[in-house]
Amino acid sequence: MKTYICIVCGFVYDEAAGRPEDGIAAGTLWADVPASWACPDCGVAKSDFEVVEV
Amino acid sequence: MSQSLIIVGAGLAGWTTAREFRKLDTTTPVFLVTADSGDFYAKPSLSNAFAQGRLPAQLVSTPAAKMAETLNVTLLAHTRVEAIDTAARTLNVRSAAGLQSLAYRDLVLATGAQAIRVPVQGDAADAVMSINSLDDFAVFHARLQAGAQTPGRPQRQVLIMGAGLIGCEFANDLAQAGVRVRVVDPGLRPLAALLPPEASAALQKALEALGVQFDFDCTVRAVDHAAGRLQVTLATGETVPADAVLSAVGLRADTALAQAAGLLVDRAIVVNTYLQTSAAHIYALGDCAQYASAPSLLSMHGSTLPYVMPIMSAARALAATLAGSPTALVFSLMPVSVKTPALPLVVAAAQAGLAGCWAGAGEGIWHWLDDAGLPRGFVLAGAQTSQRMAQAKLLAP
Repeated sequence: MKTYICIVCGFVYDEAAGRPEDGIAAGTLWADVPASWACPDCGVAKSDFEVVEV
Repeated sequence: MSQSLIIVGAGLAGWTTAREFRKLDTTTPVFLVTADSGDFYAKPSLSNAFAQGRLPAQLVSTPAAKMAETLNVTLLAHTRVEAIDTAARTLNVRSAAGLQSLAYRDLVLATGAQAIRVPVQGDAADAVMSINSLDDFAVFHARLQAGAQTPGRPQRQVLIMGAGLIGCEFANDLAQAGVRVRVVDPGLRPLAALLPPEASAALQKALEALGVQFDFDCTVRAVDHAAGRLQVTLATGETVPADAVLSAVGLRADTALAQAAGLLVDRAIVVNTYLQTSAAHIYALGDCAQYASAPSLLSMHGSTLPYVMPIMSAARALAATLAGSPTALVFSLMPVSVKTPALPLVVAAAQAGLAGCWAGAGEGIWHWLDDAGLPRGFVLAGAQTSQRMAQAKLLAP
């Protein structure tokens, strides 16, 4: 399980935790996050979401 | 006539405008002028970097040169704009290389905001810091590290002036990193401008459990040098040792350049729904802009929205306009996350100046009800922050 940071706003996506409030179950890999998902803090689309692993 | 797009400012607003513009137009020459290095970083991470052990250099997500290359932008770093000639459509810029004049087709002002400073007495008054950029953060970080490396030095201690969003986020981050934090504010509770009293109380309790000490109804009278550290004298007369004093009392739009150029300025640079200023071919967005697209009952010119999501929306609309498809900016509801892990908060503010009152709507949920009793804003605390989407649907249009 990896953790990613949105380079625009610093929002952290943790694969282990998922994002249940957006319908993304715990354990969902970044690659499996739907393309329609946008960063909840800055609204950047997933395709624009440049991530860095931490 | 020049065909260039010139952007002033390399913060999120400036770089995002360049990035969104390049998605639509790959040929128009783009210049980006910035007083700093132009390195791209997530500004919100400045207030949660300490607890994560991230160093200032690690916060740079993309170096300036890489940004410029990827986006095919001519970067003029460490360069200040001295004046804009709105009639001739030129600007004078100065760098170590001297003065030069640049002509623009369209000009975008993304000059951001400056930290407001309150006057403080004492021989170390100029040691009071504000963290409004990565450079500021690096200075602050170095000062705290220097304190940590002295043997026999007591626990590092930081005094924060201001219990607003930035003050509380830094208090949480520093306390979590083992720093002793004291927060001084002339008001009576944290985040008073954004939260109902019960939510403020819950936040205060959560931060106090981390060791943060609040002094409300209090101000800083003086900051002096004392034995290699700082000594802060509060209005009560109490003295507090500190390795650093942070001022987090708020931001004010940087409008100097716009004002000098004769643009209409209210609390910030006034822009219409197309983000155009009062001068043709000059646009503004970000923390320096006052948006007609964000109506306010307090000003006919709208509101400032110094948060990430409004900048992203504004940059997308502006890029389309600049690429030849005039696009009015329409803001959707943009809840703001407060990065206080001790008690996470999500705030969706009602329209500025709207009459109404807070009402509890369950554990950790508050609604701002207008005079007709309709919900116009909300605050979510703790586990309820996961309800932001569901709550947003409840708000009256």
